[in-house]
Amino acid sequence: MSHPVLQIENLQTHFFTDRGQIPAVDGVTITVNKGEVVGIVGESGCGKSVTSLSVMKLVPNPPGKIVGGSIRFKGEDLVAADEKRMREIRGNEIAMIFQEPMTSLNPVFTIGDQIGEAVRLHTKASKKESKQRAIEMLKKVGIPRAEAIVDEYPHQLSGGMRQRVMIAMAMACDPELLIADEPTTALDVTIQAQILDLMRQCNRESDTAILLITHDLGVVAEMCHRVVVMYAGNVIEEGDVRTILKNPQHPYTVGLLQSLPKLDQSQERLYSIPGNVPIPGSLTVGCRFAPRCDKVTDRCRQEMPELKAVGENHRSRCWIAE
Amino acid sequence: MTEELLVVKNLKKYYPITGGVLGGEIGVVKAVDDVSFTVKRGETLGLVGESGCGKSTTGRSLLRLIEPTAGEVYFDGVNVSALSIEEMRKMRRDMQIVFQDPFASLNPRHNIEKILEEPLIVHGMGSSAERKKRVQEMLEVVGLSSYHARRYPHQFSGGQRQRIGIARALMLNPKLIVADEPVSALDVSIQSQVLNLMQDLQRDLGLTYLFIAHDLSVVRHISDRVGVMYLGRIVELTSSAQLYSNPLHPYTKALLSAVPTPDPDAARERVILQGDVPSPANPPSGCTFHTRCPHVTDECRTTRPLFQDVGDGHFVACHLYKS
Repeated sequence: MSHPVLQIENLQTHFFTDRGQIPAVDGVTITVNKGEVVGIVGESGCGKSVTSLSVMKLVPNPPGKIVGGSIRFKGEDLVAADEKRMREIRGNEIAMIFQEPMTSLNPVFTIGDQIGEAVRLHTKASKKESKQRAIEMLKKVGIPRAEAIVDEYPHQLSGGMRQRVMIAMAMACDPELLIADEPTTALDVTIQAQILDLMRQCNRESDTAILLITHDLGVVAEMCHRVVVMYAGNVIEEGDVRTILKNPQHPYTVGLLQSLPKLDQSQERLYSIPGNVPIPGSLTVGCRFAPRCDKVTDRCRQEMPELKAVGENHRSRCWIAE
Repeated sequence: MTEELLVVKNLKKYYPITGGVLGGEIGVVKAVDDVSFTVKRGETLGLVGESGCGKSTTGRSLLRLIEPTAGEVYFDGVNVSALSIEEMRKMRRDMQIVFQDPFASLNPRHNIEKILEEPLIVHGMGSSAERKKRVQEMLEVVGLSSYHARRYPHQFSGGQRQRIGIARALMLNPKLIVADEPVSALDVSIQSQVLNLMQDLQRDLGLTYLFIAHDLSVVRHISDRVGVMYLGRIVELTSSAQLYSNPLHPYTKALLSAVPTPDPDAARERVILQGDVPSPANPPSGCTFHTRCPHVTDECRTTRPLFQDVGDGHFVACHLYKS
């Protein structure tokens, strides 16, 4: 059952800037098993995107650098892997899709060229074969007139269609892990529903594990088996999706869920977490959430709690759990 | 004094498409196509819809930040579409707007005091000392501190900038605020702070809001009544409770069912719409939704449905509901 594809352990990715060393990701541990959909949720600046870029070793260096921890993909340490090896892995064994499909597609190449490129780089396919593969993938992601679209350019497609093309490209080499960084944030709800449906289909049919990065807890509820909640560079709670959404233990997760307006009931007033997300690196002692927490104690301000089990497959980084 | 603060009748905004050898007009984009609604004093009317449905264009046309092509807008009994530019400028004292992007809507070279003082200077109100005092007051009202007045926009977080945007809109004591996606650029925990602030201000200052957003749960939370837009038209308009418990238009139903809810036990009856929103430059004939509608009939393809009341102020534009 639990056959890990990706094991991130105590990952530390820091940025070296003029203002000093910024710990964007500071000790993150996440495991993704085969065929599993794991969500990383958190607000802007919590380190969720940097975590995913670290896996692909796409963090711009300088200023960013993985300074500690390990990332194991099917047992192989990616932190130690050289650029040549990473190029073999990227797009072939681990694929990634981004938030804004227009900026991740090259405007001067046709759709077919771009999907075909991934195929040609990683297999010995000829140009003709790779184009065939591109058409096949476009059909699979539900693009009408695939034979015609393959010769069109990105600007001729709508936002939802471009994101389908991105998914087709990512899935072209049958990756074992798909990292999706806010894949539906730029899309309208009705299009978002289509894309989520497509990603579920990829997961089910090809048994591709998905690491889904999002800020939308609704998307998490629909897609994920397990959830990791991040705050200020740390994992603060993790567990299976039911437990996290129904029985959250960390005050941050509780607050986040309460501050969402509900579609099926009217509320007089929304709960709101006071204050703002701390600037990375500004808090060095104690729990990072302490300044905004309504259950804060003196201990929270002095000591950083460990991520501890609070139930079956459920861990929380909070002193209350004790 | 009438009950309605704002009455919009048959508002249209068409953009010409030019082309050809002589650069002549070869078509029009119907961004807003015959929209009518009213906003009562002290209420919040929400406008929802997907990108390109014309909700922002509608909001801006009301203030004549974009000149509407046709239609009438009555604000407090005055036909603002007939006012001269100078009269309109005076009118805007009572109608203000809050923009979506708090990063782009504040001048980075001006400090907060200057940004907030500007509307008062433009309208020639108060002495310098009075204006400064008003700035200090308003900062406190929106939950910032008076020492923030000397700072520049880049020194604030997104949530704080949106508070500044709201403060700027409130400087002139307006009656109506058009809020164009005021919280969509903000994180969840900050979003709820800003929504609460807007509700408090409405209660304390007796404001009327036209709240434009794409997030259905946010709109439901803040609005008394909600209008749903599709391709430049309002397809359904009713009370917020009614819209969410008893949506009539097939588009509203699809839109509501597409919103992901963070409840793993929620029963999901999903209507996944096929295809994309058609181009407003070449909208479908008849009912513009017929290309994606699961209940389409021949009548829908040819005749545009009327926007009519089907009972208790529940307006819908659909052939399925005929009185």
